[in-house]
Amino acid sequence: MSEAPIIEIRGLRKVYRVGQVDVEALRGVDLDVGRGEFLAIVGPSGSGKSTLFHIVGGLTPATSGVVRLSGQDVGALSDAGRTRLRKTTVSFVFQKFNLLPNLTAGDNIALARFLSGKNHVQDPDEAARFQEVLKLLGIAHRLDHRPSELSGGEQQRVAIARAIVNHPAILLADEPTGNLDSVNSRAVLEILGGLNERLGQTILMITHNPDAAAFAHRIVHMRDGQIVPEPPAP
Amino acid sequence: MTFKLILENLRHRPLRTLLSVLLIAIPVTLILTLVGLSQGMLEDSARRSRGVGADILVRPPNSSVMNFSAATMPQNLVKWFQQQPHVTVAVGTAIALVSGITSVSGVDLEEFSKLSGGFRFIERGPFKGPDEILIDDYYARQKKVHVGDYIVVLNHKWRVAGIFESGKLSHIVVPLSVLQNLQGNTRKVSQVYLKLDDPANTDAVIASLKKVLPEYQIYSMQDILTQFSVENLPGLREFINVMVGIAIVIAFAVVCLSMYMAVLQRTREIGILKSLGASRGYMLELIVAEAFVMGLCGTVAGILLSFLARWLILTLVPASLQQAIAYDWWPKAGLIALFASLLGALYPGFRAARQDPIEALAYE
Repeated sequence: MSEAPIIEIRGLRKVYRVGQVDVEALRGVDLDVGRGEFLAIVGPSGSGKSTLFHIVGGLTPATSGVVRLSGQDVGALSDAGRTRLRKTTVSFVFQKFNLLPNLTAGDNIALARFLSGKNHVQDPDEAARFQEVLKLLGIAHRLDHRPSELSGGEQQRVAIARAIVNHPAILLADEPTGNLDSVNSRAVLEILGGLNERLGQTILMITHNPDAAAFAHRIVHMRDGQIVPEPPAP
Repeated sequence: MTFKLILENLRHRPLRTLLSVLLIAIPVTLILTLVGLSQGMLEDSARRSRGVGADILVRPPNSSVMNFSAATMPQNLVKWFQQQPHVTVAVGTAIALVSGITSVSGVDLEEFSKLSGGFRFIERGPFKGPDEILIDDYYARQKKVHVGDYIVVLNHKWRVAGIFESGKLSHIVVPLSVLQNLQGNTRKVSQVYLKLDDPANTDAVIASLKKVLPEYQIYSMQDILTQFSVENLPGLREFINVMVGIAIVIAFAVVCLSMYMAVLQRTREIGILKSLGASRGYMLELIVAEAFVMGLCGTVAGILLSFLARWLILTLVPASLQQAIAYDWWPKAGLIALFASLLGALYPGFRAARQDPIEALAYE
């Protein structure tokens, strides 16, 4: 990989204080993710993959270690800097979709654009491209509906549209198929794969499901807060 | 987009929104009703004083322009006033408080006619006997009384002899001598109205009277009319200030509680917004703006409710309280509600701003 990695993680540690006890969620993680790569992080519950997801997304600071996104040291960022990072560089797709229930699907997407400050930018080419994406996601006709009126698969596709509307450098997906049936799971994973292939979208997906991970270019395994070699097949 | 988000949030929990708006509206209504009542009563008093047609009012020592005073002035004084330079007519009247702030005036109709041209009767005419009473159209309408009906005033049964157009003295008028006897103040009056040959002589006559009667309260009617203001009613300004303070506390508490509940209920949504890049400042702005909208709606609802309060007062307490629509207080009451709403939104707003996004996203 000649190009510098878009995600560069070195010696990442995270210790949570739970009551009087320190819980070490990450114990020195080193990881590089190339630009345009679709990486899956697989591991059981408590392996630290969600913590890694949150730190890379700038939702929480690390205890020690370095996370660089496009060369930018996330650890050096203030709260405002991490907020800016979430507006411009990373975006999220969650297991529980996390759409705002009071807004329609279209407004949920528009909100992300508004918060990024790009809502007033009128680029016809970009608008046309995004319409293409909406067609690809199969939700163009469902934008006037509220989340409660959409199926799980549709909600997740809206969440994906919301995540990519600002063209983030990195799309972080946390168990994106965890709440979906197998048909919708496959559809969502194919969409993520399609975005990666067509738009060159860098995707870091965490999952405990090996079938979902199989859609990625590369799979990294985590256990007890560390990256471990691929476990032997049962 | 922010406004849409706020609107949808308010619409999503209609009961919370409705109750909050109503609770903000109540102090607004209280303020507007109180001020409206003050202004209404003062305007009514001023109008009736103006209608008398006098230039000078003389009241007994230790009285004040805004208070009812018992008949303590010797009636002989009226004759003496009549003999003073520039005084063309002097008329003494007695006043008795009926209930609340409704008063009855004891008047010698013949003398009073010289002063003001007399009452303009809408139904029938002046009283002819001692047990007859005159009421104005306002009182008649509110009490649903007609000529020939009997009413009890001051524990005395009166026959309504006539209904006059309101705007002079009190809403109820009885013969002066009868009121004096009822009050046990024979040959005493509460106040004396003086009409001069030329209103330009008012100051000179007052100065001359004050030399002879230094303890008496002597006012030009022009001064009296200017004194019919909130500032000159003892304790009223302070009372209004207290009400404003209470209004601020109520609106603050309501908004603080409501928005705090909203922040708790929307914990996950706060996490979502933060994951999308909403800053702390934006979260604060969102909560404060929602409170602002509720404050605005509360103000409008409060203004509408003040009309309802006016109707209720007219219906439940007829012929007594007069409530004006205090248009000049609409913006003031609105600012009070908005100020309290914004103040109440600050703590919930800061809480939302400080909310940890991961904890918020994990909230069920």
